[in-house]
Amino acid sequence: MDHTLSSGRSTGYKVFVIVILVLLAIFFIFPLYWIITGSFKTAADINAQVPQWFPLEPTLDNYTRLFARPAVRWLLNTVVIAVAAMFLTCLTASLAGYALAKKRFYGRKLLFTLLVCAMALPKQVIVIPLLQEMSNIPFYDFNYGEWATMHDTLLAVILPTVGWPFGVFLMKQFSETIPTEILEAARVDGAGEIRTFATIVFPMIKPGVGALAIFTFVNTWNDYFLQLIMLTSEESWTISLGIARLQGEMASDFGLIMAGASLAAIPIVAIFLLFQKYFTQGITMGAVKG
Amino acid sequence: MAQAPAAAKPAKKGRRSEFSGMSRALVRRETISAYLFLLPSLIFFVGFVLVPMGICVVYSFLDMGINTSGTTFAGFQNYIEMAGDKVFWQSLRNTVVIVVVAVPAVTAFSLWVGSAIYPMHAAWRSFFRCVFYLPVVTGTVAVTVVWKWIFNPFTGLLNKILHTGTLDWLGNEKTAIWCIILILFTTSIGQPIVLYVAALGNVDKSLIEAAQVDGATKLQVFWKIKWPQIMPTTLYVLVITTINSFQCFALIQLLTSGGPNGSTSTLMYYIFDVAYKYQRFGYANAMGVILALIIAAFSALQFKAAKTGNE
Repeated sequence: MDHTLSSGRSTGYKVFVIVILVLLAIFFIFPLYWIITGSFKTAADINAQVPQWFPLEPTLDNYTRLFARPAVRWLLNTVVIAVAAMFLTCLTASLAGYALAKKRFYGRKLLFTLLVCAMALPKQVIVIPLLQEMSNIPFYDFNYGEWATMHDTLLAVILPTVGWPFGVFLMKQFSETIPTEILEAARVDGAGEIRTFATIVFPMIKPGVGALAIFTFVNTWNDYFLQLIMLTSEESWTISLGIARLQGEMASDFGLIMAGASLAAIPIVAIFLLFQKYFTQGITMGAVKG
Repeated sequence: MAQAPAAAKPAKKGRRSEFSGMSRALVRRETISAYLFLLPSLIFFVGFVLVPMGICVVYSFLDMGINTSGTTFAGFQNYIEMAGDKVFWQSLRNTVVIVVVAVPAVTAFSLWVGSAIYPMHAAWRSFFRCVFYLPVVTGTVAVTVVWKWIFNPFTGLLNKILHTGTLDWLGNEKTAIWCIILILFTTSIGQPIVLYVAALGNVDKSLIEAAQVDGATKLQVFWKIKWPQIMPTTLYVLVITTINSFQCFALIQLLTSGGPNGSTSTLMYYIFDVAYKYQRFGYANAMGVILALIIAAFSALQFKAAKTGNE
C-alpha cells in the first residue's frame, strides 16, 4: 500500500523533472540558436517590434560584410593557436605525466605539490606579468624583417597555454592506470626509456591524450583574456577578439556581430560534438585527486 | 641525496616507501630519466607560469606608470594605496557578491541536474550533458555578444517578450549585476554536471541497495549514502567555480565595462583597467597578488568546511 503510494508520487516527480529539464535545455540551446538565426536576419527583422523567431527573408548580407574584414585571417590565427597549443601540450604533458606517475625520483612529491598549487591560482592574474615578460623576449619578425618582441605574436598565446599544468596533472591520472609489472618486464627485456614510452606507455594512455587534445583545443579556442592581452594588431587577432572589436565599433549592427559569433562558435561546437566522449573523460579524470 | 630515504613517510595505496626495493644506482638512474621526461614540460611551466608569478610579486613593490618617470621601488606603497582606493573596494565587493551568489547556485543546481539525468538512458544523459555544456563550448565572447543583444533596450528579445518598453537591463545599477550573474551561471554549470554524473556513477551500489532493503526513502539514501561519497566532487566543484567566478572578466568587459557607476566592476576587470588604461603595472600586480591570496583563502576555507562536514 505504502509502496504504490510512493511510486505514484515518484512518477509525478519524474514528469516534473523532465518538464523542467526540457525547459532548461531550450534555455541553454537558445543563445546558440539566436546567434545562428540572427546572422541570417535583415536589419528590418532585427529591429522589428515583434520578435522574429526565424529569419523569414534569410540574407547573406551580414556574412558579406563580415568577410570584407580580415575574418578569415582571424579564424586562421585561432586555428593555428589552438592546434599548436594542442600538440605541444599533449607531447609535453604525456611525457611529464608518465614520469610523475610511474617513476620514483627525488623531488617528485615537491614537484607534484607545486603543480597542484599552481593550478589553484587564478590563471588570469599571471597574464598581466606575462605581458611584460613577452614584451622583453626578443623575436625576429619575418614580415617586417626586423627584431621585435614576442608580444603580439601567436607564440605569446601558445607558450603560456602549454605551460599551464592541468595537462600534466591529467596525464598523470591516466598514467597511474599502467600496470608497473609491464614496465618492469620491458626494462628486464632491455628496452630503453624512449622505446618503452613509445611502444608501451603511449598506446596505453592514448584515450587520455585524446581527452587532453580536445580539452586543450576547445579551451584555447575560447581563451579570450590571454588573447586580448597578447594580441594587439588586427592581423594577429583571433576570431574572439575580432567579434569583440566588431561589437565595440558597430554596437547596434547585431546582424554583423551574430555572423562573427557564428563563425567563431560553429566550428568549435561541431568539433565538440564529434569528440564529446573524450571531452567528458578529460573533465572527469582531471578531477580525481591524486 | 647520498642516502636513499628508505624510511620515507608511508605513502598512500599501501606503498611502504617511495623507493622500497630499489637500489641506490637505480634510484639515481630513475631520477635522471624522470627529469629528462619532465624537462620539456618544466621549461614551459617555469618559463610561463612560475616566472610571471615571480614578476607579479616583484612588480607589486614597484612604482610604474605613465605619470611616473621610470620605475622606482615603492615598498608597500601599492598595497597602502589599495586600502584607500574606493574603486578597488567597490570592485572587491561586486566580485564577492558574484562569488557568493554564483558558487552555491552553480553547485546546487548542477548537483540537481546531475542527479536528475544520471538514472536516465545513456543517450538522454549524454544529450543533456551536451546541452548544458553548450554555452561553455560556444565561447565566452559569442555567448556574451548574443546576450548583449537579448538585453538591448531597443532591439533586444527580452523587452519584446516581456513588453517592458525600452528598459535598459545592462545600463541600470540594480539589474546589471544580476544579468551578469545569470550569464556567468549558464557558462559555469556544464563542467560540474559532467563531474556529478561521473561521481554518482561511482557511488557504491551495494550500500544503496542495502539501505533500500532497510526501507530508507530516496531522500535518506541521498543524504546518508550518496552525499558523503560525492563530497570530494562537491569540494572540487566549489573550488573551481570559486576560482572561475573570482576571475569574472570577459562578461564585464563586453557587457558593461564595469558600469554603470562601477556597479559591475570586478577585481579582475579593475586590474585590467589599471594595467591597460593607465599602464600602472605595479599597482595592477599588487591587486593581482591580493586576488590570488583571497582565492587561496576561500579554497582553504572550503577544504576546512568540507572536512568538518564529513566528520
